[in-house]
Amino acid sequence: MKKKSRVFSFLYIILCYLFFYVPILVTVVFSFNSSKSLTKFTGFSLRWYTQLISDQEIMAAVYVSVSIAIFATAISTVLGTITAIGMSKSKKVLRDTLLSVNNIPIMNPDIVTAIGLMILFSSMMIAKGYITMLLAHVAFCTPYVITSVYPKVRSLDDSLANAAMDLGATPFQTLMKVIIPSIKPGIYAGILLAFTMSFDDFVISYFVTGNGVQNISIIVYNMTKRTNPTINALSTIVIAVILVALIIGNVVPAIYNKRKDKKVKMEENAN
Amino acid sequence: MKEFKSLVKPYILWSFLLIIVPLLLIVLYSVTTGGNSLVNIRFTLENFKKIGEPIYIQVFVRSFRLGLITTILCLLFGYILAYVIAQFSEKAQSILILFVTIPMWINTLLRTYAWISILSENGIVNSFLEVIGLNPVTMMYTDFSVVLGLVCDLLPFMVIPIHTSLSKMDKSLIEAAYDLGAHRWQAFWRVTFTLSIPGVINGVTMVFLLSISTFVIPKLLGGGQYVLIGNLIENQFVSIGDWNFGSAISLLLAILMLLMINITKKLDKMEGGGDL
Repeated sequence: MKKKSRVFSFLYIILCYLFFYVPILVTVVFSFNSSKSLTKFTGFSLRWYTQLISDQEIMAAVYVSVSIAIFATAISTVLGTITAIGMSKSKKVLRDTLLSVNNIPIMNPDIVTAIGLMILFSSMMIAKGYITMLLAHVAFCTPYVITSVYPKVRSLDDSLANAAMDLGATPFQTLMKVIIPSIKPGIYAGILLAFTMSFDDFVISYFVTGNGVQNISIIVYNMTKRTNPTINALSTIVIAVILVALIIGNVVPAIYNKRKDKKVKMEENAN
Repeated sequence: MKEFKSLVKPYILWSFLLIIVPLLLIVLYSVTTGGNSLVNIRFTLENFKKIGEPIYIQVFVRSFRLGLITTILCLLFGYILAYVIAQFSEKAQSILILFVTIPMWINTLLRTYAWISILSENGIVNSFLEVIGLNPVTMMYTDFSVVLGLVCDLLPFMVIPIHTSLSKMDKSLIEAAYDLGAHRWQAFWRVTFTLSIPGVINGVTMVFLLSISTFVIPKLLGGGQYVLIGNLIENQFVSIGDWNFGSAISLLLAILMLLMINITKKLDKMEGGGDL
């Protein structure tokens, strides 16, 4: 009886994971296919990758996606972090209002956020393109940074910062040397979230862009009518980038913590 | 620490300009006519009345039906997966859950694109059917392909909250139920399932809300004829250019979301308040 349910568990898990990963596997495998077929694997080749690199339209989109993700992550991390710090010291009314305003883009369907920003940019006569896409990305990434940094700031002991300032540190020094280092895990989580959200975004970018500025998702969306194996090559690279970001985000802190534990243990042993 | 209070100021301005103002603009557009120029603005409720026309009501009905089917399927498969995962050791659980979350980080569009080559007329599934001597099946551009794409995309949103509440559960409660003479099924239904209801509520809301507002999956897997609420909004803004009507639909969608989130919160509180 017990054994039977174990077998069932394994089978069920395997089936579910196949369902999750088959699309990803198909993409990766067929990106190395030597023929144009998306159904029969005829041999290994890097043909679609060379074609990808020589396709200027796609390379321009890669540049847009990567540069916007970097800029949006940098800006929203700084903005979100200082806001979270400031918010913890603000009056309750202001804090609660800001937190609920901050929740709007997280709760709202992407498409509603997207058309709101689209109407905003066109009624302010801002030419749609790279700048509007960047502004929009900062607008939807910052709330996620705030939600991951704010809990860390709240759990911070005020007396540390006070002690630093009593000892003659300027507020800026206190911020950089005491507060920021102690909320680092929250900031890292925020950076990871902001980067992947921005890099993966389609809906919001699609509505706020213009003048031929496209990111990777928009180009994929516009190309779906004709099957094109270069998209598989592009997807494979995107998947690799996201996986690397996830590994850096998950494994590095784990290793870091282990090292720290080890160091502490070694010191304990030495004593 | 008072020095840091002013750090909040840039975001007050920023969130007003890029969160509040866009929402107000949607409201303004939804109750006016005059297109995209604000010069000949005129207040009206026409846009909302237009939603009541049969073709648009149909779009809403279709979206809700599809959202409901997706949610039920996700709940069924997702609950079993979360339950099965929760039976493993803690270390194995965290690895299994990590593998559920990884697809969430990879672009929906790219994963959906892959389903096209799997499901199309001469796609992978049909080639396989041909090899084993069966007739090809039309799968693309049907309810089946759209629901499949939605379930694949949204299943993690169901599994994770349910797994969280299952793993928080005190296992001794089930043993207690057995000791008190409960059958397997009774113990599951009266103890395990009841305690996992907060996770179920969270998962159901997330999946339902995400599935009725999507427009990418129906467009890629359902084809151009397949119009859901999201596609209707997209059409108004991108091809038809009736921003006022589009804003009215978006506003309605946003209000629906808000209502559902509030109901969920209330239910959650009720569950949290009473024991068992």
